[in-house]
Amino acid sequence: MATTETTAKTTSATAAERLAQLKTYIAETQENEHPDSFLIAVLHKAQELYGYLPVEVMDEVAEQMGIPTAHIWGVATFYHYFSLTPPGQHVISICLGTACYVRGAGQILQALKDELKIDVGEVTPDGMFSLQPARCLGACGLAPVVMIDDKIHGELTPKRMVQLINQYRKQAKK
Amino acid sequence: MTATYRIIVCDGTTCINSGARRLTALLKEHLDKHDLTETVTIGLSGCLGMCDKGPIMVVNPGYTIYGGLSEADIPKIVEEHLIKGQPIARLAIQEDHLYNRFFRVFGDDKFFGHQMRITLRNCGIIDPESIDDYLSLRGYEALAKAITDMTPEQVVAEVESSGLRGRGGAGFSTGTKWKFTAAQEATPKYVICNADEGDPGAFMDRSAIEGDPHTIVEGMAIAGYAVGADKGIVYIRAEYPLAIRRITKAIEDARAHGLLGDNVLGSDFSFDIEIRLGAGAFVCGEETALIHSIEGARGMPRPRPPYPSVRGLFGQPTLINNVETWANIPVIILDGANWFKTVGTETSKGTKVFALAGKVVNTGLIEVPMGTTLREIIYDIGGGIPQGKTFKAVQTGGPSGGCLPEEYLDTPIDYDSLAKAGSIMGSGGMIVIDEDSCMVDIAKFFLEFTQNESCGKCTPCREGTKRMLEILTRITEGKGQNGDIEKLERLGHMIIKSSLCGLGQSAPNPVLSTIKNFRVEYEEHITEGKCRARACSNLLTYEIIDTCVGCGACRKVCPVAAISGSPKKEHVIDQEKCVKCGMCFNTCKFDAIAKV
Ligand SMILES: Cc1cc2nc3c(=O)[nH]c(=O)nc-3n(C[C@H](O)[C@H](O)[C@H](O)COP(=O)(O)O)c2cc1C
Ligand code: SF4
Ligand code: FES
Repeated sequence: MATTETTAKTTSATAAERLAQLKTYIAETQENEHPDSFLIAVLHKAQELYGYLPVEVMDEVAEQMGIPTAHIWGVATFYHYFSLTPPGQHVISICLGTACYVRGAGQILQALKDELKIDVGEVTPDGMFSLQPARCLGACGLAPVVMIDDKIHGELTPKRMVQLINQYRKQAKK
Repeated sequence: MTATYRIIVCDGTTCINSGARRLTALLKEHLDKHDLTETVTIGLSGCLGMCDKGPIMVVNPGYTIYGGLSEADIPKIVEEHLIKGQPIARLAIQEDHLYNRFFRVFGDDKFFGHQMRITLRNCGIIDPESIDDYLSLRGYEALAKAITDMTPEQVVAEVESSGLRGRGGAGFSTGTKWKFTAAQEATPKYVICNADEGDPGAFMDRSAIEGDPHTIVEGMAIAGYAVGADKGIVYIRAEYPLAIRRITKAIEDARAHGLLGDNVLGSDFSFDIEIRLGAGAFVCGEETALIHSIEGARGMPRPRPPYPSVRGLFGQPTLINNVETWANIPVIILDGANWFKTVGTETSKGTKVFALAGKVVNTGLIEVPMGTTLREIIYDIGGGIPQGKTFKAVQTGGPSGGCLPEEYLDTPIDYDSLAKAGSIMGSGGMIVIDEDSCMVDIAKFFLEFTQNESCGKCTPCREGTKRMLEILTRITEGKGQNGDIEKLERLGHMIIKSSLCGLGQSAPNPVLSTIKNFRVEYEEHITEGKCRARACSNLLTYEIIDTCVGCGACRKVCPVAAISGSPKKEHVIDQEKCVKCGMCFNTCKFDAIAKV
């Protein structure tokens, strides 16, 4: 599951700088024993730099590591943390952990879907919000919990959830 | 003015048998006599782990532990200690176990008073980013002891004799696993810490690492010495950035202090640890899948044997243990297996950490001796159910576990009792459920999770869970059919029998256990179209009640124009048109919409 930690860290570096950073990182990993085993670490690095895993970047990784692109695709799609599409401006991670569910996360999710008119894993057409599931954000005491970018919002009701979204929308208009 | 004291009396089984309760009564009489009932309070605690010296009383502040008490000692304690403020050295136990450092600080609190912190002994006490803090609480002393005073075989034997069982879920004997790995001739060997914490409602391992990362490093290094491995790997969820940062720093600091790296503490034992990140796949908590993931591949499980202890990471002998298992190791080495064995029950030694959450007043991380009952956890530590609601069930073991109703609340926490009751110990998720949750819906929640997380290798796990989910969905939508319950049971047993890994083998458990314990709720959904918890939206109706002021907000928001009414007059919902989306309910500012 991609939480906002990665996207929040996305640097403002230029495309060339990012690519250079990625290449340096890959080169470092390749000096170790079992270099292929660093594929997942490399994908983490790429997602940290780009916010998601663009196809060209995976091709680049394939070339640098000498691993077939098909294998890289297989790995990238297997793990929920990796995202193949760019995230929205604000990433909403809704906790669907058990404690949150028991305290009404289902209704919060429904309210979000109705309000944003997107499903989990999608981005709003205006690119403002993306909606992602998370499993226990470790804030069960505040359940139900939603994390918007890296801010936790707890003890939500469907009403408060909608109000929160509207706050973000208002801010964007300013 | 007399000083204020809090006395904790151990209310563990052994202390009760040796007369603790009689002494408590006597103590109360004496407090009465001296008019001390205002300033001295008495609390009970779960087993303090000093059973051989019972009955035990702890006087706080000061943390004086009195042991082996007889009736004649009580008036003396009251007169000397509580009135004159002079602890009685003759009766005090001068024991310094790693865990009781915690109680010096927190032992007089009700929430902590029932707990026993062995693995979390340093959490909240030390600065997790300071190796000096850890060292000052006898940190790395166990590693030093193992390397200098013990042979690898003795270390393995100590762990084996402690009776420690894996805290990751399966409860396999840790010592046996170490012995198998130690016996392998092939080198190199690897030691892995499983910090993938997959249970979607739990955060024990994360908190343990965030609170005391050095304990894990120390435990792994001891294992490296014991089984002959020179490399350790911590496989941790990428979603835990703080824990990752802290364990990384702990490893670097340990290296700088000569506690990791070449020639640990000047010996000829060398050991180092690296971090590998998980990427959000529940199945990667399974050990063979985890190994594939570290190797850089898709995290698919493979059949065992060969077990990882024989053929694991990169085809080499590999020892995998859970975070909490690792945190027990330094304690076992330093305080000894004999002491460790005094805590817990016959078949389950030591303590267990739980992430207590859901419909309970105090949520959080707790650690209790094995043998503590579910009731004690939920009501004494957890403070019961909030808002005067009624308890319905407690869920342990997450998506692999089960839901236990009221009649099982006196079940003691240990691997075997929980399994017998129809749930599992699991890795430590404990969710309390009250009357507002629908058990069919809860079962569906867990199955949705496992269905989504199935790696797809085995057909029964991949397709069978889908079929089960379809049935559950139709039941919660009020479209259940006669025979659905039996179908779920049949499918469930089939999936359990024919899946390769623990994910598939346990995925039906939440469904089967709710059918077993809450069958009426399933039946009500199917035959009466009723959800007693009013959680299944298709089975309830929305109605406008008399708090309606006629603001019209609901009328505007209803997507099918089912609401009518003129301004400032009570509105009505046309039940024929209503699609039960709940938009009106969420919009109303006057709580004028009721779920019936
Ligand atoms: C689907 C599945 C998920 C698992 N998830 C975890 C986990 O998150 N953490 C963990 O320590 N063990 C997990 N396990 C258990 C591991 O396979 C393994 O038994 C454990 O890490 C061994 O350590 P222990 O003996 O110290 O418990 C999981 C097992 C299965 C089948
Ligand atoms: S039981 Fe399920 S998760 Fe496990 S190997 Fe088979 S398909 Fe994969
Ligand atoms: S279940 Fe949502 S924060 Fe823990």
